[in-house]
Amino acid sequence: MNYNWDWGIFFKSTGIGSETYLDWFIAGLGWTVGIALTAWIIALVLGSLLGVMRTLPNRLLSGIATVYVEIFRNVPLLVQLFLWYFLVPDLLPESLELWFKQDLAPATSAFLSVVVCLGLFTAARVCEQVRTGIQALPVGQGSAGKALGFSLPQVYRHVLLPQAFRIIIPPLTNEFLNVFKNSSVASLIGLMELLAQTKQTAEFSAHLFEAFTLATLIYFTLNMSLVLLMRFIERKVAVPGLISAGGK
Amino acid sequence: MDFSQIIPALPLLWDGLKLTLQLLVLGVLGGVVLGTLLALMRLSKSKLLSNIAATYVNYFRSIPLLLVITWFYFAAPFVLRAITGQDTPVGAFASCLVAFIMFEAAYFCEIVRAGIQAIPKGQMGAAQALGMTYSQTMRLIILPQAFRKMTPLLLQQSIILFQDTSLVYTVGLMDLLNSARSRGDILGRPHEFLIAAGLVYFVISFIASRGVKRLQKRLAT
Repeated sequence: MNYNWDWGIFFKSTGIGSETYLDWFIAGLGWTVGIALTAWIIALVLGSLLGVMRTLPNRLLSGIATVYVEIFRNVPLLVQLFLWYFLVPDLLPESLELWFKQDLAPATSAFLSVVVCLGLFTAARVCEQVRTGIQALPVGQGSAGKALGFSLPQVYRHVLLPQAFRIIIPPLTNEFLNVFKNSSVASLIGLMELLAQTKQTAEFSAHLFEAFTLATLIYFTLNMSLVLLMRFIERKVAVPGLISAGGK
Repeated sequence: MDFSQIIPALPLLWDGLKLTLQLLVLGVLGGVVLGTLLALMRLSKSKLLSNIAATYVNYFRSIPLLLVITWFYFAAPFVLRAITGQDTPVGAFASCLVAFIMFEAAYFCEIVRAGIQAIPKGQMGAAQALGMTYSQTMRLIILPQAFRKMTPLLLQQSIILFQDTSLVYTVGLMDLLNSARSRGDILGRPHEFLIAAGLVYFVISFIASRGVKRLQKRLAT
């Protein structure tokens, strides 16, 4: 194979300003982390709300949450992203539409679309985890709370949710990692996150194996450190005496 | 909104859907075969084999599918030249399919492994007591039972892959999403075509996951 390996490539100038290829990767990683964390906050808040709604005795509320989950889980992420990026701005009132299309920098509008898209997409998954967590608790827990005179919101806040969230830390970790991986779709609407920078480096420098190897390593390291972080949190918040205490 | 333009474009969208389904079926078949192989490696007594499989799985599960698709598409010509010694053109379809198979195998491996581990240990012992070899035990006793139990999970993973095939957009393969996007752009009706494509994905995934849930209930009783 006549391919010239050169791991020094990352310190070479890209020919654009004084940037090196490594600078591109760092900028890309910044976008990836920014997208993932923002989307995760949306997903966690909305997903918890929906998850609680699905377990409520109210037919209407649980129905709404169910419809939400079915829609957002059964349409591919990329289709959803295109809808958010190409379709939704056109449906906005004119002043907002102009603001989105003209006043915002292209990177900002793409960032907004991808964050909303990924947040709502992941919320459907978080919702299912929260619901599973709540339903995994013995029915007696809720009844005991009510028998003690707690109102329904109080039962959720003081009895059900604190336990449910601890149970679902491992599956939630998975969703958290998925947000990072899924954020790579942002490259398809032109946001220069990690994958897009990798592609650009591969094209500019013709050192595609080095570029993709580095990207893989970054994703891998990111993944592993998040796993360790979540395990640490899981141990910290574990309820003593429960079988799952200490975590896997 | 004007959806009337979609009717004449239906044959084109159907071609796109066929490509999507081809990728799906071949990807699942290849992925399950490779995944089963990996699962057997992971459960084997050889430390080396089980470590190789574990590394493989961890590696592919921690990177985005889109990265794998892009990488394989870029790298395929180089790799093939290294193997065959001459320039062989690689289609986007082939490189995407290989990417799907290798990526999904990591996920299928975990499902198959859990399925095998759920079979009571005594089955293995009993088969060996009857004089069966390891491969006979796996082939005739363990795997048939494991596969029956994990069918719902395998199908669920296949539904996820069905949605993920839309990522081949990045290499310009004309799957359902891409044919809808390009035709919509040509006709100046991008929104309608996008919605139509989304609807098709939704209906198929929705019905399929309903079916999986049913199956799960039936197997549980």
